[in-house]
Amino acid sequence: MLKRLDDNPEKTVTVTIEGQPVEVPAGETVAAAVLASGIGYTRTTPVSGSPRAPFCLMGVCYECLMIIDGQPNQRACKEYVAEGMTIERQHGTGVLQT
Amino acid sequence: MKPDVLIIGGGLMGFSVALQLVKRGTRCKVLDKDSAGRHASGVNAGGLRQLNRHPAEIPISVAAADMWHNIESLVDSDCDTRFPGQIRVAENAEDMQLLEERAAMVRGLGFEHEEIIDRDELYRLVPALAPHCKGALICRNDGYGRPFHALDAFRRKALSLGVEYHASVRADAIEHNGNEWCVSSEKGEFRAPVLVNCAGAWAARVAAALGESVPLKPGAPMLMITERLPRFIEPVIGAASRKLSFKQMQNGTLLIGGAHMAELDFEHQTTDMDWAKLALSARTVMALFPQLENVRIVRTWAGIEAFMPDNLPVIGRSSRSPYAYHAFGFSAHGFQLSPVVGKIISQLILDERTEFPIEPFNIQRFCKR
Amino acid sequence: MKDHYSLVIVGAGPAGLAAAVNAAHHGLDVALLDEQPAPGGQIYRAIESIPAERSSLLGAEYQRGSELVSVLRDSSIEYYPDTQVWSLNRKLEIGLVCSNTAAMITANQILLANGAMERPLPFPGWTLPGVMNAGAGQILFKAHGIVPADGVVLAGSGPLLLLLAWQYLHAGVKIKAILDLTPVHNHLRALPYLPRALLAGHYLMKGMAYKKELKRAGISTLHNISELRASGREQLESISFRQNGRQHVLETELLLTHFGVIPHTQLSRAAGCRHDWDSSQQCWRPQLDEWGNSSIDGILIAGDGGGIGGARTAEHAGRLAALEALHQLAKIDQRQRDRLGRKDRKWMREDLHVRPFLEAFFHIPGKLLRVPDDGTIVCRCEEVTAGEIRMAVANGHSDSNQVKFQTRCGMGPCQGRQCADVVENIIAATGGDSIARGGHYRGRPPVTPLTLGQLASLYPEEKE
Repeated sequence: MLKRLDDNPEKTVTVTIEGQPVEVPAGETVAAAVLASGIGYTRTTPVSGSPRAPFCLMGVCYECLMIIDGQPNQRACKEYVAEGMTIERQHGTGVLQT
Repeated sequence: MKPDVLIIGGGLMGFSVALQLVKRGTRCKVLDKDSAGRHASGVNAGGLRQLNRHPAEIPISVAAADMWHNIESLVDSDCDTRFPGQIRVAENAEDMQLLEERAAMVRGLGFEHEEIIDRDELYRLVPALAPHCKGALICRNDGYGRPFHALDAFRRKALSLGVEYHASVRADAIEHNGNEWCVSSEKGEFRAPVLVNCAGAWAARVAAALGESVPLKPGAPMLMITERLPRFIEPVIGAASRKLSFKQMQNGTLLIGGAHMAELDFEHQTTDMDWAKLALSARTVMALFPQLENVRIVRTWAGIEAFMPDNLPVIGRSSRSPYAYHAFGFSAHGFQLSPVVGKIISQLILDERTEFPIEPFNIQRFCKR
Repeated sequence: MKDHYSLVIVGAGPAGLAAAVNAAHHGLDVALLDEQPAPGGQIYRAIESIPAERSSLLGAEYQRGSELVSVLRDSSIEYYPDTQVWSLNRKLEIGLVCSNTAAMITANQILLANGAMERPLPFPGWTLPGVMNAGAGQILFKAHGIVPADGVVLAGSGPLLLLLAWQYLHAGVKIKAILDLTPVHNHLRALPYLPRALLAGHYLMKGMAYKKELKRAGISTLHNISELRASGREQLESISFRQNGRQHVLETELLLTHFGVIPHTQLSRAAGCRHDWDSSQQCWRPQLDEWGNSSIDGILIAGDGGGIGGARTAEHAGRLAALEALHQLAKIDQRQRDRLGRKDRKWMREDLHVRPFLEAFFHIPGKLLRVPDDGTIVCRCEEVTAGEIRMAVANGHSDSNQVKFQTRCGMGPCQGRQCADVVENIIAATGGDSIARGGHYRGRPPVTPLTLGQLASLYPEEKE
């Protein structure tokens, strides 16, 4: 669906997206990284369970909520990738950390 | 057609009164200065609590609880009610002693709804609670509802039976001409032989028009709600020595109240959050549920309510006129009482007496001699 | 960060940057707060880090941002990136989260320069993965060099569609179709404003040049499109639409839509500033005087957040608001303010000549705003449909706040940013209150979510 114009970025970090290690350019938002990774939907809604993906990419629509490093309800378009970060789809209400 | 009764205030109390009256064949008109349930009725915390009521309120609260458990038969909707119990936790030995004294007092009055539970039972019911608590006071058939849905159900049922409702009618003057009341507004005059004051935070103005001065203080208790969470707690939680009301709503959001007041501009009907007090509320929640540290608050608000100095409502006949009645001043715990208040006022109007003990709510307690 | 500043500016786009630099130049202590990690706003996003090659694809208008940003870097302004403002009130208290720590600060003057957002316009299927705002497509391109891989359909109405198509063309992206939902009769609506628009003719020329270039490249724009619908199971698979009475289907995995931009008023609402419905821009905008003063003393607003004027106008408005703040703080007198602001006022007037024409030309038809299909989701967060909203109106809930209480529309994490205006349009068209009368969702702070832990860390001295 989407691709990077530059296949050889200068600096990269390795993150885990839905359990898969992926090398992504440093400085990318999590939303950009997951969109480029082609995983399709990034959450299911708590109301009907329907699939959703990032929509506005500027922090307005709250459609890109994901579980990042174990924390639910993170706006993927506002978070930036970091070495070792785990990124997971959020299903429904996500998880409650204990 | 001219109504028999004019009700000022289109909140839950006003529609509850109207509903009970219309069911007995009385024609009612409800006047509202804004829209139905615009203030306290629509945005309160929705607690259905008998637990820890003032002794004077216990009999009517217990009667109201019965009505809530059968609310569908009254308004054709369950008002999104749930009854997982309300709990007041003791965090130390002094708390526990306070709660035990309370339970004994309630038993002494002949009521059985409040019960002491030990630590094991508390953690069986609320496993998510921080481990330091000692026990609790519980009312097992308490619960909560969705206030605006309840208001809407009462309103629609009342309207379906023939109650007339007028929004955006602000009473400019209220006069009695010997035969009937006349409420004048920009939208015209409304007349009826009987008047009921259910005007919430604005009820002192109506009372003043009847010649009764009441020390009503408008206030706006703040509430916070979080994002939706997986279900982790069933009962409503309060604490013996902290300001807290805490519940997970039907949809997974957490509703947090603590009876802390927003800054209120009563004339403009606007409120500003007092973040220092909300920070205190957040600390209270985290003391009892530390696992919620990273949970996000998505909204805060404050509805405008009527507070009386003794935190007891005014329910009953006007001290100045045999044809006027009051039901206001519920001091942020009126939601649960609303069905029974409709019954009380309708009985007073139609039977000239009520089966419920309402002497403590007489407006005359504020009349200086 | 200090707990008090003479001037706090929220937003480091063109308005905020220009204002900060102007205020600091006159010796004011300024804090510039911005939610992004680098300055530039959405319009000049990633301006400091973008590779030269990609920057040139975006055009000269974009590159203009680097000058603005470099002046900031050379200044004494306290600049706080990664900072979310979650609360603002009439006492000029600002609640913020900076590097995960919550704080409450105050200011003598506050300038809101938080820009615009894309106008949300629900249509069947708009919640499917694979449907995004055109602005989102442009952000992916600007900030990350990410573009459509297997072709894209662009649809909607507004200049951004054309610009994005042109930028994609230069990046070698395959454009399957451009669907123009602008009604043909808008040409007539816009005609009376054309003479004035010609005074700022460079905007029109640029648009024409983009159009010509796209046409030369074989990318055709389909005009007079209606009944746009996105379909797919877990992901967008195809779109359908109607043109001149005929139904068409197009397979695509990616649809980028655009229906103009509107001011982002969440903070000015939170503070309680008065807003008016602007029927030409088809949006709410804060009441402002010519220097950017809102209805609340001490709160100024500049840039698209005060009404859509574009990046150049935002710069002028930002500098003017900074002068007004200096004047309010008695750093300059009124005559100095007027003298120093003369040029910016003149340039801003000239820049705005094109606006009435653009607003009329890209006027969104009422039929689209009213969301004709009952099954279309309006509130993306709580999944409330247009039909449920109409049902609530039929049951006597005549303004947007009542509809919100009844349906939960607008109660999700986005706080009604996506549905508020749409709900008002639907209510007005269903016999409820008009938009101007019915008003907007009442603000329910925090403006952006705040964790319990962050809130608990504030006011440690406060006791029961």
